[in-house]
Amino acid sequence: MKIYGMAASLAATLLSTSASWAVTEISWWHAMTGANNEVVETLSKEFNESQSDYKITPVFKGTYPETLNAGIAAYRAGQAPNIIQVFDAGTGTMMAAEDAMKPVADVLSMGGKPFDKSQYLSGIVAYYSKPDGTMLSFPYNSSSPILYYNKDIFQKAGLDVDNPPKTWNEVFEAAKKIKSSGAAPCGFTSTWLTWIHTENFAAWNNYQWGTNENGIASLDVELKINAEPFVKHFQALADLAKDGTFKYGGRTSEAKQIFLAGECGLFTESSGGLGDIVKSGMNYGTGMLPYDTESQNTIPGGASLWVFGGKSDEEYKGVAAFFNFLSQTDIQARLHQVSGYLPVTMAAYEKTKADGFYEKNPAREIPIKQMLGKAPTENSKGVRLANLPQVRDIMNEEYEKMLAGEQTAQQALDNAVSRGNAAIKEALGN
Amino acid sequence: MTPRVVFPNKILPYLLVAPQLAITLVFFYWPAGQAMRQSMLREDPFGLRSKFVWFANFEKVLADPNYLNSLKVTVIFSVSTAAVAMSVALLLAVMVDKVIKGRGLYRTLMIWPYAVAPAIAGMLWLFLFNPSIGSLAVWLRWLGIPWDPLLNGNQAMVLVVTAAAWKQISYNFLFFVAGLQAIPKSLIEAAAIDGAGENKRFWTIVFPLLAPTTFFLLVINTTYAFFDTFGIIHAVTGGGPGKATETLVFKVYSDGALNQLLGDSAAQSVILMVIVIALTAIQFRYVEKKVHYD
Repeated sequence: MKIYGMAASLAATLLSTSASWAVTEISWWHAMTGANNEVVETLSKEFNESQSDYKITPVFKGTYPETLNAGIAAYRAGQAPNIIQVFDAGTGTMMAAEDAMKPVADVLSMGGKPFDKSQYLSGIVAYYSKPDGTMLSFPYNSSSPILYYNKDIFQKAGLDVDNPPKTWNEVFEAAKKIKSSGAAPCGFTSTWLTWIHTENFAAWNNYQWGTNENGIASLDVELKINAEPFVKHFQALADLAKDGTFKYGGRTSEAKQIFLAGECGLFTESSGGLGDIVKSGMNYGTGMLPYDTESQNTIPGGASLWVFGGKSDEEYKGVAAFFNFLSQTDIQARLHQVSGYLPVTMAAYEKTKADGFYEKNPAREIPIKQMLGKAPTENSKGVRLANLPQVRDIMNEEYEKMLAGEQTAQQALDNAVSRGNAAIKEALGN
Repeated sequence: MTPRVVFPNKILPYLLVAPQLAITLVFFYWPAGQAMRQSMLREDPFGLRSKFVWFANFEKVLADPNYLNSLKVTVIFSVSTAAVAMSVALLLAVMVDKVIKGRGLYRTLMIWPYAVAPAIAGMLWLFLFNPSIGSLAVWLRWLGIPWDPLLNGNQAMVLVVTAAAWKQISYNFLFFVAGLQAIPKSLIEAAAIDGAGENKRFWTIVFPLLAPTTFFLLVINTTYAFFDTFGIIHAVTGGGPGKATETLVFKVYSDGALNQLLGDSAAQSVILMVIVIALTAIQFRYVEKKVHYD
């Protein structure tokens, strides 16, 4: 009995190894948690079942920065995965390491299907492309910041529940009214002062964030965020912070807690944050990201998939097959509708529209409308630095000192510019 | 003089220490060597372009006002943490020494926090003092204190010191209890008969006799505050607001792991290595002396 068992397991081992000889394994490192992790698992499973030549293996590697670091360390040790998910701020880091990567455009054409750029949403593709137009990474989850508001608090404060404020001045006035009427202890809060109130604030209002098209044309950037419109915006925030009309939550998404707890009436946050707000059961409304006088277009956040260089042709064909699988209209439409990420292809957007999805879920269309708003100018194609995470941290430090009343907006932004510029030079001087 | 142990076999002793040596080589000498090599390189994150720069990274780090700031932060943080952790532990140990009934239960409860992982201790205090949802933050506000450690650097420092000290109190407590038990009761009784009050007895007899324990704990607590509190700072403040709670160890992490400045980060960790070697040397000398004294 024992011998039969052993023989059977030996046979099974032989069979499974011979099966894996035929299958090319593709590893995919990602940073998705919770519901988004389930999407990754489902997609991989569906792809593996749809064909028998390639097997994709998703591996969770921690937060976005942790995943990027794991990828860098693995590359240095000669153990890089095939695909790695890198967040928006890491895009410049990856571009600066072009020799370690293989452009997605090349990978896709190796899969036999020539790469057709026009199928994809132009704003997103432009952000993940080289200045000469070569697409470097595959946009997987893109999002954009929008305005959320608590309808119950609006009602109590006597504000128009169906018309959220459109400009920043209106937001600040509404926030003051919420505070002074006692409808809520705080009027306005926001996640990501860097991504939303600096980078997107610049693009959406068509202000210059940095030279060289904010780094899109070349990574050699000088920051311009101590210009008058930025100073005015941040001084307004600092003034509102004095009596708690504006409440600071933290450097990344921490402020979501404050909004969900019903402490503040208005909230700016990524469109990807919608899920948690729906889940909380709050009576909420959404609106476009506020602007100063006229809106331009917002820039994508989220993450994209990069392909490491130095692998076999067979593996690249597998990666191409997977990306083609992801680009299918049905898959993209479902991803967009289930997860709240923006669709990557125009066809998926059109299909979701035709299905009548946006009539029931208007919040899902806001980020797309924002991003497609107007043809991007040199101020609104995106923001790119070899060390954007570091520069964002410098800005965060200065903003925190400003909100604590230790310095004015002008001083904070001047410091952010001089420290940021020095750090950018340093990063390029390697 | 301790008698020298003589092994008849010449190879066996080396074989016996080999596993320990191998572990030390792999987990200490090799990474330390790597750090020293890296500290003299200027490199991009992927290691595609690399330049040997001798001590330029050290010069840069030591001239950086942010590094000097984190040195200052570390000193304030370590001194406060050690002071709070030790004085509270001493107070508790003296109190427990007086308890007659249920002494064992008190002691067990006192030792508990030591088993909590730093990151979890950090999260615990973070929740208690979270300006929006923390139960202790509500009390503070009720007392009229504008509590906002997210923006107020001093309050953030108080928060991390509290969390770090709380975790270390147990350890100190254990040593103080042991130290107190070693003090002969006859001394204290004699002083009592001579008319010395409780306070006087503590400061003139108990406290001086506890000096060896106190000094030992001072070294241990400083080392702890310097090197073992990363988890707490990472979980509670992330070095902020501004750079108000960025200690030396946290700066190594944020420069290396977040900002990918590998040369700077390696130079800082080499400096830290020198500091820890110095601290360990002091500790060893002291322990040796104590053995001699006995």
